[in-house]
This record gives sequence, structure tokens and C-alpha cells, in this order.
Amino acid sequence: MRIDRRAASFGLLFLVGALTGSPANAQEIDFTGEWRPIYHEDGPERIPGPDLGDYAGIPINDAARLRADSYSPERIIAVTENGCRQHSADYSMRGLANLRIMRELDPVTQQAVAFHSRIGFHTMDRTIYLDGRPHPGPQAPHTWQGFSTAQWKGNQLEITTTHLKENYHRRNGIPSGPNRTFTERWVRHGDVLTVVTIVDDPEMLTERFVRSQSWMLDPGQRTFANPCEYGGESTYEPGTVPSYLPGANPFINEFADRWGLPRSGARGGAATMYPEFRLNMEKPSATPEKCTLYCTCMNNGAVCPDGP
Amino acid sequence: MNKNRHPSFLALSLLLTAMLAVPAMAGAPAPRDRMKVPNVVPALDPNEVAVLPVRDNLYMLTTAAGNIAVHFGVSGVMIVDSGDGTLTPKVLAAIRGLTDRPIAYIVNTSAEAEHIGGNAELARAGSPPGLPDSDPQIAHVVAHEGASIRMQKPSPDQKAIDSTGWPFVTYFVDTLELYFGGTPVQLVHVPAARTDGDSLVVFRRPDVVVTGDIFSPDRYPVIRPERGGSLKGTIDAVNRLLDLTVPEDLQEGGTLVIPGHGRLCDEGEVVEYRDMLTVIRSRISDLIAQGKTLEQVLAARPTLDYDGIYGSTQGPWTTTQFVTAVYRELAKP
Repeated sequence: MRIDRRAASFGLLFLVGALTGSPANAQEIDFTGEWRPIYHEDGPERIPGPDLGDYAGIPINDAARLRADSYSPERIIAVTENGCRQHSADYSMRGLANLRIMRELDPVTQQAVAFHSRIGFHTMDRTIYLDGRPHPGPQAPHTWQGFSTAQWKGNQLEITTTHLKENYHRRNGIPSGPNRTFTERWVRHGDVLTVVTIVDDPEMLTERFVRSQSWMLDPGQRTFANPCEYGGESTYEPGTVPSYLPGANPFINEFADRWGLPRSGARGGAATMYPEFRLNMEKPSATPEKCTLYCTCMNNGAVCPDGP
Repeated sequence: MNKNRHPSFLALSLLLTAMLAVPAMAGAPAPRDRMKVPNVVPALDPNEVAVLPVRDNLYMLTTAAGNIAVHFGVSGVMIVDSGDGTLTPKVLAAIRGLTDRPIAYIVNTSAEAEHIGGNAELARAGSPPGLPDSDPQIAHVVAHEGASIRMQKPSPDQKAIDSTGWPFVTYFVDTLELYFGGTPVQLVHVPAARTDGDSLVVFRRPDVVVTGDIFSPDRYPVIRPERGGSLKGTIDAVNRLLDLTVPEDLQEGGTLVIPGHGRLCDEGEVVEYRDMLTVIRSRISDLIAQGKTLEQVLAARPTLDYDGIYGSTQGPWTTTQFVTAVYRELAKP
């Protein structure tokens, strides 16, 4: 058998070019898998949950602060309709975020047309479209997980999400508005996935709110289903909405005082996001002698010698 | 192998190149969303009518003046509210784009001008339900008795409408039941809510509630005490609405809610709305108990944390008007 080496090389070059030169394929990263959350960032907020009155580091406006000050945790029991409420997509990755990601491929081109994710807690299913479709118009319904589209930025996936329901920036009553949008960057470094979340909330924030969280690939993980239907029964009169009147919440300073933090810092606002805040903040109310809560042990349930 | 076969090798490479380089196809497999979100809904143009499929044969027509629900079956079309009348030809064209069946019923959720302005023209475009040869050939308007009276005897600040648009069918009990287009339809009266003639309209089979201005996700309720309305009745009405809505699971989907204005909703938004009204009532009640005047209450901004979502500093119903209406009701001895 005789082969023309020049023609064969030419064809081979095309084949190599096809495999390596197609822009979309060259940039696609596969995020498929079971991902175990790592709580090395913001552990106390994410696992036991944030303290009441802890607004530190969130660029809230006066409206959001008043709403948070008015929030009573009794509402969790009294407003039974919210018993099964999901975290919205911009908050869902902060909590018990065992995450499964699936990739959907176009059967012909084998290019990714969507990622589907599930976070086990309250079965937070989400679709992120990669097929260039537009976002719905203003009359379309809002959902907890919103409407997400994405495009590749180098080897990062940049996701834009709109049509979110009203929810919370921190689950201690800091509200998030129904007209907010957020941008994500998904970045994979080997077996570590990092997601950076940037929220724009015209009703509740004065600046963009940036957070990050990471996961470790864990093929043995089982991401569970968590269906939920509320019973609608409580000891409260129907229609009761527990809240504190302005200035009447007795727990506002509890967080700052427990940790010996300046109260102004705990009240949040854009200034508390930046290091310069420390230069002008007032003196802490007190300095605890010893750490007794959430000291070093928020990392994935390790036993803490000094307390929970 | 000879040279004649080399072009095939090249062609195969080119084919592979083409296959791998082609952009993602539009006909991708269906997504697995729990709650269907239409892919494309036109942006709201103040001079246009946007059509949003809701469920089964039920659609939401959105105009700058408010939402209109359109439901149809073999026996004709039932619409809920008719807009303010300025876009009626376009509303009619939108309905004709969905079905050529005659308009049989126009149900009104209240007698407010922005929801009844198209009654007469749309009624004339229809025919009575089940009576295609009757005279006159107009659709039947249905509303609560209180709304009917206010349409026939409008207050000085209300725009009168042609009598063709007045209700032909009224009710004065708690609920009026109809069966139309393959579904039970219930008009649920909510007393002394925004006015004394408000109805929630429940389409049972498609599981959709049309609320009129009892609920809108983007504005405070326009409470009309001079027309028999009250904050207390409005909150009671929203709680009644919550009794009618059932989420599919995880507090999402299930019963869909077509509000008086704004986007298609479900129970989630109604809960936020009820909570907002209840909290604001509590705050203003407390300020009144402290002896604050209306001016002092307005200065205290008891709605500050909700104004970004529901408030307005201009237009026919401002935040100041809302707080004033609430104050006057709660300050009554």
C-alpha cells in the first residue's frame, strides 16, 4: 500500500485543527461530578447559621437594614407558607451545599448546551443554558433559582442570572430584592471548584456584593432529594407575621457584644467591606478573654475542643 | 491504496472539522426545570399588548394599564378585566390571535377604571354565552354587585363607561360559580378590600387565580375608603388568596397568580405582599398609639424598607397617598 505522505499530513493537520482549534471546544471545562462543599470561608455563617444583627461586610442600604432589624425568627414558624422555601440561587451555595453538576450535550455537535446542578437541601435544581438563548421578558415569573445563561471566558464559565424571587442575602433577615441579578464565575482547579458570586441588588444594596465558595470533587458523595410540602399548621393565628417595631429589636447588638466587635461594624453597609473601615471604627465594646464558639472548627464537622 | 483515495481522507478531515466547529444547535434537548419559564417574552411596550401563555388555554395579556386574563374553550372566550380602554383594538387583536371563538364573558375584578375601560367595546365584539342568535349580540359582563353599582353610579373622580359595559350578571353572596371552557370558574368576593366590589377569580382546572388589584408585586394597594375599601379588608383578601393558592412543592409553582399589574406570580410573591402589608399596619398602628400626627408618621417613613419594591413618588398612587390612607383608617376611634 502506498500513501502520499504530503496529502496525509495535510489531512491530519485538518483533523488536529478540528480537535484543538474550535474555540468553543477549546475553552469548555467539564464541571460534571459530585462536589463536597468546603467551609473554610464564612463557616459560622454557613453551617450553624448567622447571628441576628450580623450585617458585617454586606453593602446593605437603609431599607435592607430596617427590614433586617424588623425580622423575627418566629416568622419561620408562624409564616408556614415559607416552611419549604428554597434558598435562591445567589444564596444556595452558602449553606449545606452538597452539589451535583451534570452537563447536557448537543447530540450532534457534542458541545455543552447546558449545565444542570442540584444542591441537596430543598432540592435546589437549576439549569444554566449555554445555547445563547435570551432571558425572558419582565412579565415572566420569578423563581428561587432564576433564569441563568452562561458563556465561556477563557477557561471560566461566566453565568448571568435574572428572574429571582425575593429572598435573603444572609439568612438572619437581610432581604434580597426581586429585581436583583447576579453574575457567577465558575473556576475549576483540578479537583477543586470555586464559584465567585457577584450580586447587583438595586433595592437592597448600595454596591455589588461579592462572595466566593469552594468544593472538592467527591465521587462517592450521594446528593439526596429533599422534597418538602408545608403542613400549614402552627400555634399562631392565621395571618400572623411576627416582626419587631423599628428600634425595638432587643437582639440587634447581641452579636457585636458577644464577639467584642464595634457595633457600627456589625450594622453593615458598604464601608464595612473594606479594610479601611478599621482605621476609623470605634473601640470594640469588650474583648472576650477566650473564644468559646466557632473557634477553629468549622471545617467539615471536625470536633471542636472549645465548644460547638 | 492509490492517490485517488487521498481526497476522501481530506474530505473526512474537513467533515470532522465542520462537525466540531459548528455552534450549539438551537434544537437542544428540553431543560428539566421544575417551573416552566417561557424562553422569550417580549419586553413591555406601553403602547402594545404582550401575550404570555400561562397554562392550558389561559393567557395573560399585559398592558401598561394592567393585566387581562383570557381563557377560551369550544364555547367561547372568557376574559377577566378589560384594561383602561386605550388599547382595546390591540387587546381584541391579541385575543383573535389566540382563538376565533366569540367573547362570551367579561368578568370584572372591581369597578376600577383601568380594569373596566374596555368592557363596552369588547362586549360588543362578542355574543351572549350559548345564545349566538340573541339580540343584542353582546358578551355578558359579570361582577360583584358592589362593582356593578359603582359602574352605574360612578363617583365624581371615576370615569363613566358606556352602559353596554355594565354587568349583566351580578352576585351578592360569597361566591359565584360558573363552568366555562372546560373548567369551573369561581368568583370569590372579598368584602371591603380595596373597594366594596372586589372579586378574586379562580380557574380551577388550570389552577390560576386572577386577583385584580387586590395583589400586584410592584406597587402598594390603592385603597379607596370612599368606595368602601380598607386596609383591613385588603389584608383579609390577601390572606383569602393565600388560602386559595397551593404551591407545587418547595413553595414554588402550583397555583399561578395573575396580578392586577406586573409579572405572573405564584404564592411566593403573595406571601411577601401579605407580610409587607401586615408589618406596615403594625408600624403605623404603633406610631398612632404614640400619638404621632400624620405628618410625623410620614416623616418616620414606616414603609422605607418596602418602598424600593412597592413604592412610588409619582403617578396616580404614591407612597405618601398609601401611608395617608392607612393612617386615616387606623387612626379612626
